[in-house]
Amino acid sequence: MLSMNNVKKIFRTDLVETHALNDFNLQVDEGEFVAVTGPSGSGKTTFLNIAGLLETFESGTYMLDGKDVSKLNDNQRSVLRNQKIGFIFQSFNLIPDLSLFDNVDVPLRYRGFNAAERKQRIEQSLEMVGLANRMKHLPSQLSGGQQQRVAIARALAGEPRFLLADEPTGNLDTKMAHSVMELLQEINQKGTTIVMVTHDATLAAQAARNIYVRDGRVSELHDVSAMPEAVNS
Amino acid sequence: MFQYYLKLALLSIKRNPILSGLMVTAIALGIGACMTTITVNYLMSADPIPQKSDKLFYVQLDSWDPNDPFDEPNEPPDQLTWTDATNLLKAKKATRQVMMAQSVGAVEPEQQDAKPYMASIRLTSKDFFGAFDTPFLYGGGWSDEADVNREFVTVISRETNDKLFGGQNSVGKTIRVLGNNFKVVGVLDNWVPVPRFYDLTTDQFAEPEEMFMPIMLKEELELPSSGNTNCWKRPDDGFKGFLNSECVNFQMWVELESEQQKQAYKDYIDNYVKEQKTLGRFARPLNNRLSDVNEWMENQEVVADDAQIMLWLSFMFLLVCLLNTIGLLLAKFTGKTGEISLRRAVGASRKDIFVQHLIETACIGLAGGIAGLGLAMLGLQGIKVLYGSFADRVSSLDFNLVIIALILALLSSIAAGLYPTWRACAIAPARALKDQ
Repeated sequence: MLSMNNVKKIFRTDLVETHALNDFNLQVDEGEFVAVTGPSGSGKTTFLNIAGLLETFESGTYMLDGKDVSKLNDNQRSVLRNQKIGFIFQSFNLIPDLSLFDNVDVPLRYRGFNAAERKQRIEQSLEMVGLANRMKHLPSQLSGGQQQRVAIARALAGEPRFLLADEPTGNLDTKMAHSVMELLQEINQKGTTIVMVTHDATLAAQAARNIYVRDGRVSELHDVSAMPEAVNS
Repeated sequence: MFQYYLKLALLSIKRNPILSGLMVTAIALGIGACMTTITVNYLMSADPIPQKSDKLFYVQLDSWDPNDPFDEPNEPPDQLTWTDATNLLKAKKATRQVMMAQSVGAVEPEQQDAKPYMASIRLTSKDFFGAFDTPFLYGGGWSDEADVNREFVTVISRETNDKLFGGQNSVGKTIRVLGNNFKVVGVLDNWVPVPRFYDLTTDQFAEPEEMFMPIMLKEELELPSSGNTNCWKRPDDGFKGFLNSECVNFQMWVELESEQQKQAYKDYIDNYVKEQKTLGRFARPLNNRLSDVNEWMENQEVVADDAQIMLWLSFMFLLVCLLNTIGLLLAKFTGKTGEISLRRAVGASRKDIFVQHLIETACIGLAGGIAGLGLAMLGLQGIKVLYGSFADRVSSLDFNLVIIALILALLSSIAAGLYPTWRACAIAPARALKDQ
């Protein structure tokens, strides 16, 4: 599903050159639920941005669903993002003056579906996250957990094969976080590949596979309890 | 997608009503100022007779002082002497020839209770009505014989007909003017060319005269001259002395169908002047002109310099307003960074973002244009109040101007929106993840 080999990413300013990813290697198979952990500044978000085609990289290869993405132009990357990837953000990133229906509609609009198909997909996604009866509400009328559910519905509406989640429970209390994690598990069981960045060892433990990132490099963790303390902070 | 973008634009405008209101106001002020001056300039310079403005030519002969031109640089006089105008009229070398002059005369209405009044009179030749396509309500112009035989006939304006005959068909009736009875042969329908192109030597935006009479009656009745009379040589005493003098007070138009005919007429007037030179007149070098309607309007500076300066100033003002709008749009789109990067992250291309924001800008521009039209109407009312009746005819918005205003508002707001929109497109999609 996702294959990164020797991916290198450098951020340059006039004075400083920061190597965010160094020979980053990772294989994620179809249907996996991978948790990515690591200390702040280790390169987790950079990895997620590159995986989600939101940023380019200096060298190495990245194959997404068998396609080499390094040679794609901005437009082609947008199309691929829209068709294959769903995003879940820590702060939900819902558009405040659009209803839940219209928020879930956003990626579908760029997909070119007709109105009937969009409606069906939106209703189905909101049904799945348990918010079908609140389609006309604005995000501000929902709790944080419910807002994250809407964001998940938005990510799922286009039926992506690959879901990228960046601290999806970071802004939620324990109860809500638990409910969102259950939803992600359910989605994964239906076949969607999920890569989740988190600081929370308990959440990471719920994923089938754990990756630890430090200094822009990957190391596999087979025992989450062995995760360095810095990550748990 | 257009409907979707339109919906997003309206939502975005609603989301920041103060910022949106400021932008609409800035554009409205600029458009209002521009449209006010554009309207005045447009109506001042509009072709008053587009169907034949390139076939009507104003005749100038340089009969002026051998030592000084009539006007710098080497401009011939803007009118003709009686001698030259009548000679050209009688020669009939053009398809139509119109000699004319302004005059005034007392009208004595037949009604018992009506008081005599002074009416403006245009003394002219019979081709006036055909050459200038004047519309007739009743009757028509007079005949060639009426010109030659100096008949007491008149064509009156619709207003005069309303005043003296209650709007009835007055053809065949008589009006007592200057102590003589004139037979009405025609009543003009509403005819107010703006500017009054057929005589630009005096009030260029005045209404046409109330009565029209054969030009030869000037000599017959010794009618007074009005308008501009310029002399470089003192005329002999008496009315005949004035008519035979070098004083210019008469205008001459000719209708010429083709370039060849124009060249032939130019040759004719040049030869005429050469002939006059042998009689001791026209001491200046040959300097005769034939100017079509638009050339003559330009020569006579129908669009005043200050109106043109105001036009440029108003465009500068629009530019300042647009610069303000650019700043406001930048602020607005910067506030939408999160939404833009989210849209990019979930699949919007740069083009999608560009079109979405350009449509939002166009909506603001359209609203600014409509508000600007309202301000332009206020501005034009202000001009009418300041400048009185003359401004009435150069300060009203027509359909073309409304369309121009809306197009100008749209184009200028889109131009103002290009840079902020480009900046919006350049927002990296990764911002959606980073700005948490």
